[in-house]
Amino acid sequence: MRSFDYARADSPEAAVHDAGDGAKFIAGGTNLLDLMKLQIETPAKLVDISRLDLGAIEEMEDGSLRIGALVPNSDLAADARVIARYPVLSRALLAGASGQLRNKATTAGNLLQRTRCYYFYDPAVPCNKRAPGSGCSAIGGFNRIHAVLGVSEQCIATHPGDMPVAMRALDATIITLKRDGDARRIGIDELYRLPGDTPEIETILEPGELITHVELPPAPKGVQAYRKVRDRASYAFALVSVAAIVAVEGGTISSAHLAFGGLAPLPWRDPAVEAALVGRPPSTAAFEAAAAALLAEAKGQGANDFKIPLARRTLIAVLRDVTGDAA
Amino acid sequence: MQFTINGQHYEAEPDIRCSLLDLLREHLGLTGSKKGCDHGQCGACTVLVNGRRINACLTLAVMHQDDEVVTIEGLGSPEALHPLQAAFVRHDGFQCGYCTPGQICSAVGMLDEAAKGWPSHVTERLGEGIALTDAEISERMSGNLCRCSAYPNIVDAIREVAEGEAQGKQAAAA
Repeated sequence: MRSFDYARADSPEAAVHDAGDGAKFIAGGTNLLDLMKLQIETPAKLVDISRLDLGAIEEMEDGSLRIGALVPNSDLAADARVIARYPVLSRALLAGASGQLRNKATTAGNLLQRTRCYYFYDPAVPCNKRAPGSGCSAIGGFNRIHAVLGVSEQCIATHPGDMPVAMRALDATIITLKRDGDARRIGIDELYRLPGDTPEIETILEPGELITHVELPPAPKGVQAYRKVRDRASYAFALVSVAAIVAVEGGTISSAHLAFGGLAPLPWRDPAVEAALVGRPPSTAAFEAAAAALLAEAKGQGANDFKIPLARRTLIAVLRDVTGDAA
Repeated sequence: MQFTINGQHYEAEPDIRCSLLDLLREHLGLTGSKKGCDHGQCGACTVLVNGRRINACLTLAVMHQDDEVVTIEGLGSPEALHPLQAAFVRHDGFQCGYCTPGQICSAVGMLDEAAKGWPSHVTERLGEGIALTDAEISERMSGNLCRCSAYPNIVDAIREVAEGEAQGKQAAAA
């Protein structure tokens, strides 16, 4: 690990003030230190935000739930309000990592965790995300875990998270503090960037911008579910995951919120998938149409071709579960 | 830097890069916590920080100066084993023993989490009490690998302690 300067911040304002060029915030540290040990992350300075007063989950007057950036994954998953109103979020959190990691990993850190692409993790080989311009070893390489949607010729890595997939389905808002002291609100649909020609830039956050909270609006009507398909039953990243909130009224699907993990460089959501369902009775035909909409542009790289039929079948299975349609 | 480990006060001046695990093992001589992967994948380094189980390899020592850290050395002694240590011996919950300190610290944290009603991935109904079935114990302990694959006996040992605690609570209530 390269050495670094260390400062413990005593307020969010002090944290963004301390975060000069080349600095990183550290809270749980479970992903950042892992990457620093391999010299994939080499921050000149760590600003320790772990003691900031950002660990609460609060009810807002408009019915939203405001989650502090430092709320650990374990606590968020077990929160009675989250379990009652946003079970898809509890389920997504519980499907991720291990008990030890969930105790340390924070809400904001989870949003910003980095890909587990094997080539990103191997400093000996080219990777455009780690060393811009060096090339992509996954294209034409071993790419079983890689993305089939939203990729570019520079990068086919997936976003590894579960929690952000549920938050995308729930239309979460990210609240930040910028270095100039301004707060801003960012819809989760705007937070992440597709790789394009700059896969090293993963979000729209500015250098030194600190996530302070995540707000969940009141949950949409409907049945919620999170299904994760992975190589072992526990403690593994998603090959495909689906977060679903689907309401059926009078025999017709009245609303659908669907987000996907394991398929793309970001927690994926596509309005065409939801449009294929809303206004139709729950049926195999409607579910097939939703899957076709999701995967219309999907492109396998060889070893990950299986993700396309796997995503189709997983989505259909989840839709059957949440609509109670046994067809 | 000042640390509180197993209720004792320590002073050390590790490098800023020093993990909590390296502080324990290399600076304080507390070698019960083991280094397996050093990347949070194996759980051999599991310790309790303010009562919660974490991977000591994935956190910086400097970030724990105000915390209460408990390691395997703080749970029991050869003369007075912790109930989980005794249960691991009774059920042969290890072969080489390398993962065992992490398994036991993790189990202590896990039993506390279950007692608080925290659900897991295999909990069928969220928000209801937790029955520590074998499936629940296995899921909750998935962050601790055992290359000797003593898993069935580890589950037996943990289940025995969990059931004992549950019976103890019932007796206290009665």
